[in-house]
Amino acid sequence: MKIIVCIKQVPDTNDVKIDPVTGTLIRQGVPSIINPDDLNALEQALRLKDSHKDVHVTVLCMGPPQADVAIRQAYAMGADKAILLSDRVFAGSDTWATATILAAAIRRIGDFDIIFCGRQAIDGDTAQVGPEIAEFLDIPQITYVRDLVIKGSTVRAERMVEDGHMVIEAPMPVLLTAIKELNKPRYPRMQLIYKAYSPEADIVAWNNGDIDADLTQIGVKNSPTNVKKSFVPVKEKHCIELTGTSRAIATGLVDELKKLHII
Amino acid sequence: MEYRLSPQQEMVRDTARKFAREVCEPIAAEIDKSHRFPRETFDKMTECGITAVGFPVAYGGTGLDKLAQVLVTEEIARKCAATAAIFSIHQGTAWTIHLFGTEDQKQKYLRPLLTGGVIGAFSLTEPNAGSDASNVQTIAVEEEDCYVLNGTKCFCSNGGQAGIFVILAMTNPELKTRGISAFIVEKGTPGLSIGKTEDKMGICASDTSELIIKDLRVPKENLLGKLNRGFNHALASIDGSRITVAAAQALGIAEEALDLSVQYVKDRVQFGKPIAVQQGLQWYIADMKTRIEAARSLTYRAAALVDQGEPYATLGAMAKYFASETAVYVTNRAIQLHGGYGFMRDYPLERMYRDAKITEIYEGTSEIQKLVISREVIGKIQ
Ligand SMILES: Cc1cc2nc3c(=O)[nH]c(=O)nc-3n(C[C@H](O)[C@H](O)[C@@H](O)COP(=O)(O)OP(=O)(O)OC[C@H]3O[C@@H](n4cnc5c(N)ncnc54)[C@H](O)[C@@H]3O)c2cc1C
Ligand SMILES: Cc1cc2nc3c(=O)[nH]c(=O)nc-3n(C[C@H](O)[C@H](O)[C@H](O)COP(=O)(O)OP(=O)(O)OC[C@H]3O[C@@H](n4cnc5c(N)ncnc54)[C@H](O)[C@@H]3O)c2cc1C
Repeated sequence: MKIIVCIKQVPDTNDVKIDPVTGTLIRQGVPSIINPDDLNALEQALRLKDSHKDVHVTVLCMGPPQADVAIRQAYAMGADKAILLSDRVFAGSDTWATATILAAAIRRIGDFDIIFCGRQAIDGDTAQVGPEIAEFLDIPQITYVRDLVIKGSTVRAERMVEDGHMVIEAPMPVLLTAIKELNKPRYPRMQLIYKAYSPEADIVAWNNGDIDADLTQIGVKNSPTNVKKSFVPVKEKHCIELTGTSRAIATGLVDELKKLHII
Repeated sequence: MEYRLSPQQEMVRDTARKFAREVCEPIAAEIDKSHRFPRETFDKMTECGITAVGFPVAYGGTGLDKLAQVLVTEEIARKCAATAAIFSIHQGTAWTIHLFGTEDQKQKYLRPLLTGGVIGAFSLTEPNAGSDASNVQTIAVEEEDCYVLNGTKCFCSNGGQAGIFVILAMTNPELKTRGISAFIVEKGTPGLSIGKTEDKMGICASDTSELIIKDLRVPKENLLGKLNRGFNHALASIDGSRITVAAAQALGIAEEALDLSVQYVKDRVQFGKPIAVQQGLQWYIADMKTRIEAARSLTYRAAALVDQGEPYATLGAMAKYFASETAVYVTNRAIQLHGGYGFMRDYPLERMYRDAKITEIYEGTSEIQKLVISREVIGKIQ
């Protein structure tokens, strides 16, 4: 079984600060990590590798050269191969463009049974990239996976929804997106950290020459998303203090609520 | 001179940091209070290879890297000094076998210590042989196929939990320090039993036990290093292990105490202002930070010397001496900055203060470090 896990390098914070002037994410001074949901995806792939014969796990990451540390960490957790997709023409890609690039790379890899993504990246937060890849590759997808069983050439997944879960079966190849309830990711293995930085490791960097993504669909210029403005909603609190006897406070409160058309 | 961690070392440090935060910190107060040895933590360390950091690949290690051992010990000590003691003393035992073991001994004993979840213990100290470690009275008598050991050892860290022991005994009492040898002993060998387990002031979750040795027959192939050279072997091994066991541990405790203090002085308001505005307290913080950075420089440099194959004993002694006194100084100041809250068991500082003290004592007391350093600096006195 061949599994491809898509991982994104993100700033290590759950509430990314946005520059109020430029409207973009403030990334300086924030250490980078592998997106948390992607670690759950990778962990599940590695568990399949631990429990089944002949499982091969490839990690795929699009990002700047600094994302090198992310793919090496994934390798140190136990992936067999890691690919960093890095090219100036990829820069500024939105979800459509990112999925276009990742789908092109997956086509280049060719042989796969499962593509595993995280549900959503903690910086971009759209949860679109996984589903878009599935659409571009024209394969079934199961999102929000919290449990997974392999049965022959099909997968059976528990898909979490707000008030319960669905059990969905799909034939492979299939794309899955992982949520944190799926598992607890392992730590990188110390021995593999050193191996990840040795020439022995199967770690490669690809640019667009390697994957031939459609140049009219990628990069900042061809991204259909136009961010007009990003802002942090200003929380406003207006307080009125009512004083006097209990009766006076109660009538005052009723009057105020009526004024606001709440009652 | 360049000071830079390799990307491997950075990832090792970050992984150890995460491990310490997620695995060690949540139980640190509980295992201190109940004096419980965190066996499950050791198993998790084995699982992700922390036990194997800095040892040769041929025996399951990551490759030689003393600085990485320092980084791991430091990160763990930040969150739980007792766990750092357990881990680093375990690695110290492995280090002795790495330095002096034969190929067969390393396959048989080093590998399980690094990757098999077996805990190591190193036993030199006796009731009458502390700083004067040459006064060992445990006797080893040679027989045809074995050595027969008799005696009592004390203050053996990990003693009650270990699967593999390195034990020092007198093979030729007339030769004094030139008559001591080291032996590898497996747990369960008839004649080795665990006596009293000490009730300590600090690093309470670590195990410090007495070893009762009675007609313990150690096969000849378990002689570690050369016959009658055990004392030198032990000292050479401690030269390396005190950089991690004491210096790195002390560094981690001190750093965490400083971080907690910086946060506290900014949050705590007295006389209508955060206490951080008081210059007297700012100067405490400046002193704490300066000593920590000096301790770090000494400790990392000593470790780097080991990795470069340069002589490191003197600098290692300085690192141990300075870092341990820094840890005691910094935790003491940190409690002062926290006022009454620092004295309370609800906060981790009182534990860190108790834990810091051991670093001035084991792996050679501060006084013994000064002896080592001055002997090297002054040289022979006519
Ligand atoms: C409003 C808005 C503002 C934005 N602002 C910025 C900005 O300031 N700076 C900036 O650089 N970008 C910005 N972007 C772009 C966006 O952050 C991502 O780059 C986008 O391409 C991926 O979408 P996402 O992060 O929402 O991923 P999601 O769709 O949430 O990710 C789902 C999963 O897809 C996979 N995946 C996603 N990206 C990658 C990747 N690169 N490599 C491998 N796998 C991946 C992972 O498995 C991930 O868990 C913005 C986007 C929006 C919508
Ligand atoms: C928690 C704990 C764990 C330990 N773990 C181990 C272990 O795993 N293995 C092991 O073998 N040992 C271990 N030890 C023993 C430790 O190394 C010794 O306690 C230490 O070396 C000091 O010996 P001592 O306790 O006999 O003190 P003493 O040697 O009696 O020292 C008493 C005081 O006299 C000072 N002093 C002694 N000689 C001189 C001198 N020549 N000049 C100036 N001052 C001097 C000392 O510095 C000290 O202040 C452990 C000890 C403790 C407390």
